[in-house]
Amino acid sequence: MEFDFAAEQPKFLMLMYGLIAFVAVVGGLLLLLDVVPTWFARRREERLVAAVASGAPLPRRRKPREGAIAIFFLLPTLLFLAVGLVVPAIRTTLLSFMDKDSSNWVGLANYAWMFSEDSIVRVLINSLIWVLLVPLVATAFGLIYAVLVDKARFESVAKSLIFLPMAISFVGAAIIWKFVYAYRGDGDQIGLLNQIVVSLGGEPKQWLLESPLNTLLLIVIMIWIQAGFAMVVLSAAIKAIPADIVEAARLDGVSPWQMFWQITMPSIRPAVIVVVVTLSIATLKVFDIVRTATNGNYDTSVIANEMYNQAFRYGEPGQGSALAVFLFVLVIPIVIYQIRNLRQQREG
Amino acid sequence: MAFARSRQALAIAGVLGLALGVTACGTGNDKKSGNASKPECAPYAKYQGHDGKKVTIYSSIRDIEADRLDQSWKQFEDCTGIDIDHEGSGEFEAQLGVRVDGGNAPDLAFIPQPGLLKRFVDSGKIKEVGADTKAMAEQNFTPDWLKYSTVNGKLYGVPLGSNVKSYVWYSPKTFKEKGWTVPTTWDELISLSDKIAASGTKPWCAGIESGDATGWPATDWIEDVLLRTQGVEVYDQWTTHGIPFNDPKVADAVDKAGTILKNEKYMNGGFGGVKSIATTSFQEAGTPITTGKCAMHRQASFYANQWPQGTKVAEDGDVFAFYFPAVDPAKGKPVLGAGEFVSAFADRPEVQAVQTYLASGEYVNSRAKIGDWLSANKKLDINNVPNPVDKLSVQILQDPKTEFRFDGSDLMPAAVGAGTFWKGMVDWINGKDTTTVLNGIESSWK
Repeated sequence: MEFDFAAEQPKFLMLMYGLIAFVAVVGGLLLLLDVVPTWFARRREERLVAAVASGAPLPRRRKPREGAIAIFFLLPTLLFLAVGLVVPAIRTTLLSFMDKDSSNWVGLANYAWMFSEDSIVRVLINSLIWVLLVPLVATAFGLIYAVLVDKARFESVAKSLIFLPMAISFVGAAIIWKFVYAYRGDGDQIGLLNQIVVSLGGEPKQWLLESPLNTLLLIVIMIWIQAGFAMVVLSAAIKAIPADIVEAARLDGVSPWQMFWQITMPSIRPAVIVVVVTLSIATLKVFDIVRTATNGNYDTSVIANEMYNQAFRYGEPGQGSALAVFLFVLVIPIVIYQIRNLRQQREG
Repeated sequence: MAFARSRQALAIAGVLGLALGVTACGTGNDKKSGNASKPECAPYAKYQGHDGKKVTIYSSIRDIEADRLDQSWKQFEDCTGIDIDHEGSGEFEAQLGVRVDGGNAPDLAFIPQPGLLKRFVDSGKIKEVGADTKAMAEQNFTPDWLKYSTVNGKLYGVPLGSNVKSYVWYSPKTFKEKGWTVPTTWDELISLSDKIAASGTKPWCAGIESGDATGWPATDWIEDVLLRTQGVEVYDQWTTHGIPFNDPKVADAVDKAGTILKNEKYMNGGFGGVKSIATTSFQEAGTPITTGKCAMHRQASFYANQWPQGTKVAEDGDVFAFYFPAVDPAKGKPVLGAGEFVSAFADRPEVQAVQTYLASGEYVNSRAKIGDWLSANKKLDINNVPNPVDKLSVQILQDPKTEFRFDGSDLMPAAVGAGTFWKGMVDWINGKDTTTVLNGIESSWK
């Protein structure tokens, strides 16, 4: 197919507009953030200079102005939060108690449906498997990796290798792994996994068709992406352990095993919790991977994917909203735990 | 230092703002004006009087096909001064609802599912067509076609494009070489399949992977077989839930489709066993025909677009299609097909003018000439249809003896037709038994 730049011109023009608009908006915001505080600072400076010149007592730093600045920056955020989060959350909750036309109240019918329909129960179980496995395995993997490469010779190279997948979108990662799991009946396998199986003398398999193996294979994708994040945070925490503690432990003659459990782990515990909590929330929301790799077929669906299907594809906004609310309820305790944890740390 | 930096930022922002302003001026307000006086504009005389108005259209049509659409109504735009703004989306079915509910409805939408159309009619979003449009539609389409966009006796859309699904693609070259003949009955089809299987080639190819629509090609199989085993009356009862989804007659049809689709000896040329159907994309499913790895692929007329470049689609070419044979030809010639309907979410005069125009003979002929498209519109001149398979389809659609039925899954509520039916078919191919699958689908139809 030939590519004719002239014929595609409208699309390129559109692309250019998009880029320009993006730069203008982001640039404008950055400018605002730069100019406004500078302007206030300059006013204060001028006043100080004037005060010094006239020999009058220095004006006290006035609190109300600070408050005004705070509100100036907070207002848009609060407004966006209300429009983009609070109102939709309330509306979704209301919709979850209504029928498919969003006109009649049906009480808890949508929630009853959620726990009685076999396929949806399967979805809930899958989500549970995800949220149990991903944070634990990804954190464990990141932690082991961080400990192993700590102060190793090619530490930065080794770390970048595992961190690289972080730069890939979930959709991109799912497509990459779909090729890894790809299957061809006869002839050359185009999938890496099947090629390995074949070269070891095995029979190629259709990996993504077999439940519950397929859910585990999808979880591998998420771990592949997120282990890098866990590694980076934990590695930083390990580096932040005071050297004198480590030295003292060494002088006492600890084994590496004891070192890890007695010194490293207690020291980086807050960081581990942050990583696990962050990954848990990200995992509960997982949507892109499942949608791209299997679209929830072959018993691999998860809550977020099913929510989208019900609400937008099948025209069942009530059932979709019920799933959304359920997801929200699941996330709340994790968020509360996280906030309490942060507060304790700050106090401690 | 800080001051210098902010100056710099100011300068950048200024330049950007200027650039934005200039480019905005470049494209803004180039109002199209009607050229009613030109001789080639005579057919558009009745759509005059909306100079400078804009009509937005939303559809699932993208890329080359979308460019062809833009081309097809270019002259209409030039002559009437109406600016048609078409936007295609791969997420059309889901996003249309979001846009309509969000108060951002397009003026017109090309809706391929009567079930979805009915949903918007029920919620009062789609406008009834105007008198001119209705007259045009009744003149150009059979009552059968208008039935799909009629709710409670009122017409809510006009048919646009159509396709015929009851086709089996094959390679005339290979058939000639091997001495195979095109079957005309179901029994001949099966004995030919056995013969091909015995010769060491897998007779059939199939693939139902289609992104988030995975499963739909298998629903077409079931619908086509049900039309052949039970006839149009039972089919109509089934699509309107007059009989349960898991009726024994339907189960029979599914099992009959299974004698081909779930037969390891027949399936799945070049891709693997029966289960590979689930993971083979519908676009590439038929391509092994060109390399001789399989012989037949049941798929709609629009599959003509999927062949690798350079494949000659013709009766004596690399690939062609034959009519999916009836079980008992004496009982008639059922044909499964589909199409999209133009529905309006606004009733401004210029929107109605475009809607009327899209139902007219001028439009369908202007679109057909551009290629790879056909319509059930009676005014469509078969000489304007370049593609031989499309020609065959037009003949079938315009044949008064044809018993045409619309794609059943598109008629059902979306939760079934685009949900559990698709999913159920994936499970069925993946090894679940017919009864369990059909019971599951039935229980989701509320």
